[in-house]
This record gives sequence, structure tokens and C-alpha cells, in this order.
Amino acid sequence: MSDLPPFQTLIDEHAGEVMAVLRGAVGRGDADDCFQETFLAALRAYPKLTDAANLRGWLITIAHHKAIDHHRAGGRRPLPVADIDEAGGAKDDTRLLGAASDSGVWEAVGALPPKQRAAVTLRYASDLPHAEIAAALGCSPEAARRSLHEGLKRLRKELA
Amino acid sequence: MKAALNRLTERAAEEGLLDVAYTTADSPFGPLLLASTPRGLVRVGLPNQDAEQLLGDLAERVSPRVLEAPAQLDRVRRELDLYFEGKLTDFDLPLDWRLSRDFRRRVLRAIARIPYGQTRSYTEMARRAGNERAVRAAGSACGSNPIPLVVPCHRVLRTGGALGGYGGGLPMKEGLLRLEGVLES
Repeated sequence: MSDLPPFQTLIDEHAGEVMAVLRGAVGRGDADDCFQETFLAALRAYPKLTDAANLRGWLITIAHHKAIDHHRAGGRRPLPVADIDEAGGAKDDTRLLGAASDSGVWEAVGALPPKQRAAVTLRYASDLPHAEIAAALGCSPEAARRSLHEGLKRLRKELA
Repeated sequence: MKAALNRLTERAAEEGLLDVAYTTADSPFGPLLLASTPRGLVRVGLPNQDAEQLLGDLAERVSPRVLEAPAQLDRVRRELDLYFEGKLTDFDLPLDWRLSRDFRRRVLRAIARIPYGQTRSYTEMARRAGNERAVRAAGSACGSNPIPLVVPCHRVLRTGGALGGYGGGLPMKEGLLRLEGVLES
């Protein structure tokens, strides 16, 4: 029939990361609902999946679609700019976001346009390389790089 | 996280997305793997069998929507516990026979009717399944029984009373026959 592993292995291996990505994308309060929607959608589609090579990327893509749906349903409201005094001096992007466990930065990330937000979250919350971000977003690596770049530029401006 | 996962399996069951539910259960012989579909119990994995391989096999042969969902197997676990305590002689569980076909399934259905504490020969099982001469095939049907314990293939012996084989190993077959009072303890 197929080479798909039992769905439980996807949960065991990737549920934590999916939850972290969703917390980054929609915030802690709504992450649980998006998490349910993500895995139910995945479960629904799973038997017909033809390529099991990148199940992690597949799940994270679904998570991003659910996060985007969530933002659309709520109306994309600009979120208050975060207070990032502690990260203000950081020149390095990884540190800018990495040090900012404070939810303000993620709220700013949440207010980015969908592709930029997805690229930033995938890069810094999930630590995916550009090629995998591209795969998850269904675009070219150049386009992924551009979304990431634009997203970071905007974040720097918003948070400055 | 645990609450989120519990909610997920509940909702999956409600929405008809839980094709195979599984859990593990303790037994006097070691951990058992129990798996059911909406139709009934489909697979019992014995302690010496590789659980991961069994789950992979279920994903391939039944559906890849395989989830760990202990609540779905509460009734099975309860009846097995009672059986191992010697307090239950007849299982009353819906079974899903889809992992066996044709002659094998007929053999297994005949085995399911052997009463607690009694034994039959492989020859007799072959005859009941409609082909007296297919003794070897009856033996291999026992060997491939997907639902051991509940379909009690441990009650099938060689003509003359030799134990024959058992998927869970001969010590387990002996232990079960002792539990049921067929062998002296």
C-alpha cells in the first residue's frame, strides 16, 4: 500500500517542534487550538500522502497554514511594538531573536505578512536551513531568502 | 503538551480519523501490544514480538492512521487482566478479522470456539476449517494468528498431546495451559 510510518511516530518526533513554531506564530494562548487543527488536518490527509521523505517539513507547512488561517480569521491587527531593550544592542540576527524569549518579539513576528513570518519562524524557531524553508513554503530558496531578509528588515525597524 | 495530545486522540476518534488505536498492557509474561480498529480488536502482540515492527505492519496493511490511544482499549485490557487472574474464561470482545483470510481465517474462527481449559489437535482444526488434510496449513494459521490469547491458539496441540509451537514461545504456551488447568502447575 505505502511506506508511510504509523502516524504516532510523527507525533512522537515532531509535536514539540510544531507546538514551538505555533507559539511563535500565534502566541501561547492560541497555539493549542492551532496545534489540534494542524494534526487533525495532517491525519486527514496522511493516507494519501505520496512522498514520505520530509514529513517534518510537511507538518510544519501545515502548521504555518493553520497559523495564517488563524491570523486571517482574527483580522490581521498590528500588534504593539515590543520592548526589546535587552536585545537592542544585538547586531546578529540569531541573537536578536534567540535571546528574545520575551514574547514581545514573537508578537512582532506574528504581525509580519504571512510569508515573512513563516520564513522568520522557520529559520529561528525551527532552525531550518534556507533550502528546507523553501520546501516548507513551496517557493525557491532565493524567494525564501528574500522573505526572510524582508521579514528581518521589518522587524529591526519595528523593534528599533 | 500531554493534555494537547490527549485532546488530539479524542478528537481524532470523534472525527473518524483514528483507524488503528494501540496501547501496551502488562501481563505475567511481559508487555503486550494491543491494537483495535473501529470494528474491534485487530492485533495482539506478544512479549517476544517487536512492537515497532507490528505497528509498521498495521500502518501498511490496515491504515497509516495509527495512534497511541489507551482509552480505546480499556475494555480489552480489563478482560485480559481478568483472564490472567483466572477470573475470566470467555472473552466478550468484538474482533476485526481483516488480517487473516480464507482458510486461515476459518481455522482461526474455529480456534476462537475452543472452550477455556480444553485443547484440540491441529488435525481437528483443519477438519473444522473444511480441509482435514491441510494439517500443516492449519498449523501455520495458528502460527500467524494476529489475535493470540483472545483467539486461543495456545489450546491447539499436536495429535498425541505434544505442545507443538507458539508465537510467544513455548514457555508462554505452557504457562497459559497451566493457568487454564490443562497442565498441572
